[in-house]
Amino acid sequence: MQKGGVGEKMLKFLFRVVRFLRKCIFSVLSVGPVPAHIAFIMDGNRRYARQHNLKEGAGHDAGFLALMSIVIYACELGIKYVTVYAFSIDNFRRRPEEVECIMNLMLEKIELMCRKDSIVNRHGVRIHFSGNLELLREPMRDAAKKLMAVTANNSNALLTLCVAYTSTNEIIQAIQKSCEEKWVENQEPRRVGRGPINLLEIEKQMDMAIAPDPDIVVRTSGENRLSNFLLWQSARSYLFSTLALWPDISFWHLVWIVLNFQRNQSRVEKKNKQV
Amino acid sequence: MLSLRLAIPTVNTLSPPKPKPKSGLVQTASNQTEIFPSRVSVPKRYGYKLQAATTDVANEEISVAGEFSEEEEELPEGLNKELMPKHVAVIMDGNGRWARQRGLPTSAGHEAGVRSLRELVELCCRWGIQVLTVFAFSYENWIRPKVEVDFLLSLFERTLKSELDTTSRGGIRISVIGDSSKLPASLQELIHDVEETTKDNSRLQLIVAVSYSGKYDVVQACRSIAEKAKHGNIQLEDINESLIEQELETNCTEFPYPDLLIRTSGELRVSNFLLWQLAYTELVFVQQLWPDFGKDEFVEALTSYQQRQRRYGGRHS
Repeated sequence: MQKGGVGEKMLKFLFRVVRFLRKCIFSVLSVGPVPAHIAFIMDGNRRYARQHNLKEGAGHDAGFLALMSIVIYACELGIKYVTVYAFSIDNFRRRPEEVECIMNLMLEKIELMCRKDSIVNRHGVRIHFSGNLELLREPMRDAAKKLMAVTANNSNALLTLCVAYTSTNEIIQAIQKSCEEKWVENQEPRRVGRGPINLLEIEKQMDMAIAPDPDIVVRTSGENRLSNFLLWQSARSYLFSTLALWPDISFWHLVWIVLNFQRNQSRVEKKNKQV
Repeated sequence: MLSLRLAIPTVNTLSPPKPKPKSGLVQTASNQTEIFPSRVSVPKRYGYKLQAATTDVANEEISVAGEFSEEEEELPEGLNKELMPKHVAVIMDGNGRWARQRGLPTSAGHEAGVRSLRELVELCCRWGIQVLTVFAFSYENWIRPKVEVDFLLSLFERTLKSELDTTSRGGIRISVIGDSSKLPASLQELIHDVEETTKDNSRLQLIVAVSYSGKYDVVQACRSIAEKAKHGNIQLEDINESLIEQELETNCTEFPYPDLLIRTSGELRVSNFLLWQLAYTELVFVQQLWPDFGKDEFVEALTSYQQRQRRYGGRHS
């Protein structure tokens, strides 16, 4: 019994040391500009499962753990907004069994995150869902709304999960809403029409209006394309692609990404000064 | 330092790619024809790509460059004809830096940039690329010093005038996209004339983005749609991707979606270029500055493109 107690104490001590070291490294990083918003295209879960001879769902499980780790590191570094591409509208075209598996897994994780002692609640992370939730089944939709409500008062950071999302769909919905609003505006007799629709009016209607534009867009597993993710918002973002599969993403990747971002920022600032 | 101790890949692979061994290309070619198995329904806008690919592979008579096929050059070693992109987009970055490195004025950099563009246009013609879109001048560039802006616009005007004959003979169709209202009247008129003169050419379509912003492209499409909705021509619920595609400035071409985007000078950003159209575009970033971008660099970018597996959200297996 005593041995177990000592072992557990050693483990806790080790965790504290590791967290302390992490905080030291983050303090050094914080000397330079820290991104306010990082977006991730979480690619590579299935490849990870194949590599480790696991069942397909296990890759997505590992992916969820990686996501929670990244959220913790982001909170520690002071990154206020994290957005992840969890499930694209294009992904509905995959095998029905795979889609079903992913949906069930997401439902399970959402219910996990609703708990008071979940990582997101312990770290004060608010959750927001971006995407065409009408394309999801009702239990999933309800679970998503519940999670948003449960975490609504958390204010340390905002984690946006893009589910049933594509950027083109988001833009279409924003255009529809801004056309509707302009229509209503022009109908009201006392209000003078404010002229044609402008950029800010469309932006206001976007799902992603809840967060500023991402400073960095990261894609794992080596593909070099945006795949219909945050096309509007990433107009000026620093793009980073790593060969690491999403479940393999680690603290060191985040450090390296932020370092590269800082180096690029200083180059951009110098260029702007020359102009 | 950190990545040496731990065996994890931390490098940003968007930085200049290293060409992979030739054998990889054969594998990719056989995968390419299986990208769209019957259970995966391709988004409507990509239907033409599937048709063109199967036509090329099956018949080998309808070549991408149409009636100019006899003038097409053999592709350099390592490039596969069936995997050539139909539409290439380029962000021509680095003219200023190139000039500064040589102690020359910025104008010399832009002139060298024009030479690079000429070479790229020729290569695209010879290798059967259908559309080439170049980001010549961004809407955000108006804030640059007036001297530089005036020089750029006059360079553009001079180049259009001097190249008009060559482009006509070469079967190149020129289109200009962007907010032309801020351009001098003489340039606007010249653009209109050039577009009219070359509109029936079909070997290569060169789209020059001048005073262009990807966001404003979407905004003007939205305004167009709002007008149509106001006059009852369309219902708001009917707004879909294809409607927006028809209203974007790239509606001047049959292939508005670039397969490949190349950005020079090592900057890893899209910088508000063709936002909607880049949804599934393969991105290649090269370290060379634009005036140094030549045939070798283009071959390298094309090689990198041809080795990629494009899934459009689906799966291969």
